[in-house]
Amino acid sequence: MSGVRILVGTRKGAFLLTADGRREKWEVSGPHFGGWEIYHMKASPVDPNRIYASQSSGWFGQVIQRSNDGGKTWEPVGNKFAYDGVPGTHQWYDGTPHPWEFKRVWHLEPSLTDADTVYAGVEDAALFHSRDGGQSWQELAGLRGHGSGSRWQPGAGGLGLHTILLDASDPRRIFIAISAAGAFRTNDGGQTWQPINRGLRSQYIPDPTAEVGHCVHRIAMHRSRPDVLFMQKHWDVMRTDDAGESWHEVSGNLPTDFGFVIDVHAHEPDTIYVVPIKSDSEHYPPEGKLRVYRSRTGGHDWEPLTKGLPQQDCYINVLRDAMAVDALDECGVYFGTTGGQVYASADAGNSWAPIVRDLPAVLSVEVQTLS
Amino acid sequence: MIRIVLPLHLRTLARVGGEVKLHLEGPATQRSVLDALEARYPMLRGTIRDQDTHKRRPFLRFFACEEDLSHDPPEAPLPAAVISGAEPFFVVGAIAGG
Repeated sequence: MSGVRILVGTRKGAFLLTADGRREKWEVSGPHFGGWEIYHMKASPVDPNRIYASQSSGWFGQVIQRSNDGGKTWEPVGNKFAYDGVPGTHQWYDGTPHPWEFKRVWHLEPSLTDADTVYAGVEDAALFHSRDGGQSWQELAGLRGHGSGSRWQPGAGGLGLHTILLDASDPRRIFIAISAAGAFRTNDGGQTWQPINRGLRSQYIPDPTAEVGHCVHRIAMHRSRPDVLFMQKHWDVMRTDDAGESWHEVSGNLPTDFGFVIDVHAHEPDTIYVVPIKSDSEHYPPEGKLRVYRSRTGGHDWEPLTKGLPQQDCYINVLRDAMAVDALDECGVYFGTTGGQVYASADAGNSWAPIVRDLPAVLSVEVQTLS
Repeated sequence: MIRIVLPLHLRTLARVGGEVKLHLEGPATQRSVLDALEARYPMLRGTIRDQDTHKRRPFLRFFACEEDLSHDPPEAPLPAAVISGAEPFFVVGAIAGG
């Protein structure tokens, strides 16, 4: 029988939530790596028992954990992330040059075709990959080296590379996004990169239409349509239909177009989800009402989804990597909050219920659809 | 024999229950002790000191014999009581919180 396994990264450890295909009764496993920040976990689509986890701590630095049995047991693998060559500088918050310094892995993206190949997006922003199951890591240095790296500047949360989208139709094409540099694309497997930020407007930077400098919070893609990307920018929900060559705004009737997460329905490429957040100064839902907004038209027209979600006195946030969808016939949608709740919808967002209510602040949510 | 006391999270990571005991060949210094520790427990590489520069991570300190050895040169001999095993070498995480 089919089922789902949710991989939840929190401020104080990792949790695995499992259920059968009905998604009604859940088993909670964890905390794994209790007391450590788990920025992200993700499983290999090739081997669902292979899970990678980014474990970090201000005291002890970065650890990468790997499971080969679906999260029952874990082993630490390689944690040496050395920038290629002389790292150089990016801009600091005050505009002065600041040396590139590795801080942590924000996002792990396993290859679509090889369980031992995995990409890591790190802070300070760079893309690494491993071809030996995480034992060793090499930087794809063409990203930082393409020319604009010295102008990248951290967002409030740091200069993190947080989104890695692999194109299932072309293994050489990868999209990534960095706060606050913007989105980038490679067509040659990571050797060379180009910024893909045309059409973005960011009033908070000196040149609102600059080539780089945009605070992109998250990008999402439906694997059947890799030229179409959806973006939750700092402000604005954006869409491109030409693989990032140009973006246009699709915020439409959202109550606020600030937010962090964005995701796409597993079977309907034009059905997308966001969680509007009041503002960049007030990281909680407008009016204290937690609402997921769904568009079935690829943007512009949005409907609030509220059934089962708190509609008063709710002042949590939903962070950029904290939403995911499963691939069951009726698409399940999941998200985690900074208040420690993980909400699930087994009917594409029409209704919601909390799986857990009292975890540490949730940093990331990924879902595996198990057969 | 050198006795090493690690903070909880590193004991968990290395899967050791209590003190770590190491036999060293040659002089016992911070560097040789940490080299031996990381050789026995490779998962600790990078968690106490930088893997390339060997610089101590900023929120960790090294204590022994009621002294803070954190700023001693890595090649300086450890106190005789640590070398003899009478006293442990402590890796201590900074206290955080309100």
